[in-house]
Amino acid sequence: MIRAWLTQHGFVFFLTLKRLISTPVSSMLSVIVMGIALSLPTGLYVLMENLSSISGQTASSPQMSLFLKLDIKKEDIEGIKQRMEEDSQIVSFQFIPKDTALHQLQQSNGLTDITASLVRNPLPDAFIVHTLENTSGNLEKLRVEIQNWPEIEHVQFDSVWIERLNALLKLGRFVVLMLTTLLSVAIIAIMFNTIRLQILTKRDEIEISKLIGATDSFIRRPFLYFGAIQGLAGGATAWLIMTLVIRAMNEELITLVQLYDFDLQLQHLSPSDSISLLLFSAWLGWLGARISVASHLWQIEPR
Amino acid sequence: MITFKNVSKRYPDGYVALNNIDFAFESGEMVFLTGHSGAGKSTLLKLIAAIERPTSGTITISGQNIAQLKPGAIPYLRRKIGFIFQDHKLLFDRNVFDNVLLPLQISNFDNKMVAGRIRAALDKVGLLAKEKAMPIALSGGERQRLCIARAVVHRPSILIADEPTGNLDIEYAQDIMSMFKSFNQVGVTVLIATHDASLLRDTEHRILSLKQGKLAV
Repeated sequence: MIRAWLTQHGFVFFLTLKRLISTPVSSMLSVIVMGIALSLPTGLYVLMENLSSISGQTASSPQMSLFLKLDIKKEDIEGIKQRMEEDSQIVSFQFIPKDTALHQLQQSNGLTDITASLVRNPLPDAFIVHTLENTSGNLEKLRVEIQNWPEIEHVQFDSVWIERLNALLKLGRFVVLMLTTLLSVAIIAIMFNTIRLQILTKRDEIEISKLIGATDSFIRRPFLYFGAIQGLAGGATAWLIMTLVIRAMNEELITLVQLYDFDLQLQHLSPSDSISLLLFSAWLGWLGARISVASHLWQIEPR
Repeated sequence: MITFKNVSKRYPDGYVALNNIDFAFESGEMVFLTGHSGAGKSTLLKLIAAIERPTSGTITISGQNIAQLKPGAIPYLRRKIGFIFQDHKLLFDRNVFDNVLLPLQISNFDNKMVAGRIRAALDKVGLLAKEKAMPIALSGGERQRLCIARAVVHRPSILIADEPTGNLDIEYAQDIMSMFKSFNQVGVTVLIATHDASLLRDTEHRILSLKQGKLAV
């Protein structure tokens, strides 16, 4: 029984491949259309993944810099340390004396000449402070509070750009979702129409099959296979398009990256994301075919 | 085997094709159904295969009431029946062999035995040498025989033929009639609708004759 079932499905699978190959141009065209449609959200998704990996590398928790007034005394520094230890929002902090800061600055590229010409150290003492995650503006309250301490000259969020990037990524992911939804509907519509045309040309076969005892699922099967296989091919096309685009972009990036002395290479979809893409596109094709079959097959009743 | 009880069929346009039909066939019987065109022969055959539904009355096949069959059960009823259509209903996009293959694919037949079954059926109707031919290249008589091969390949217990000798020469027609007789001899219930009086001249089989939707005995 199971073997008969497998034989039947295997037969339909190869029959469908044969049908696809027998009309190479139209099959290729619809596969390419689906591939391009899918490559748009996929490309944006790849970009998002790469950007979020950059922001992920850079900072784990929000970071603030506290610059103290220049005429500060040792006891005041101890006072600040104590106050910060008591604050539950501050996870950890690190004191950077002005001499250390100047030393670090002297070692930075290109600034040696400038620092050497300085008569005295213009840098203030500073703290680098790691805080809890930013939820509903609590960090802004903390910043205002610290700014009001008498010893503090200036408080600065170091992680603002990362927050901005994360907000941008959130927006980007939303755009990916919208694009995916819209283009999925488009792919379903393409498949709906392809299958509708196929059903029309196979009218006789469907009618005769029904007359000699074919079940609905037997009649549906080749169309569903057709949809799923075309969808899968569309997904694979999108993946190939992405491979080519990423390769081309990485070649361009190399020159840019060399100019800025910065290591950046775009990564392709992860294996699990790639498999998700293929499964999703196969499912879309299947779904388009399923809807089409459901709305057209009942019209063909033998008389 | 097949029982009609007070069966009527009225089409949506008001035309009454069958009016209060009553009869019963035994299993293994061979029966002719005659009458002028428009007498309701085709409708009666279509009711048996659930291609049409009766307006009233009950039709039982092997104890099953066809009139109340769920749509999902119809395919399994049709697999018990070999139907020879008046217009053949062959598929012109595939060769003789693949046309006969269709019923076996539909009933999920074990692959190993398929080719043997098909060739046996083609042999019975004398088309074995033409298994690779396309239906378009066959003569009218050959198409009729191909249709018979397709109807018997899955060994149905009931064989129904609608005007099987329709526009054939008398020799061809007798050929085909003797095929039906040989199927009947191995236990198949055979029902043949025909308006061809020459087929019925000296038959020992039962004849049902329809006149304007009524059985005339």
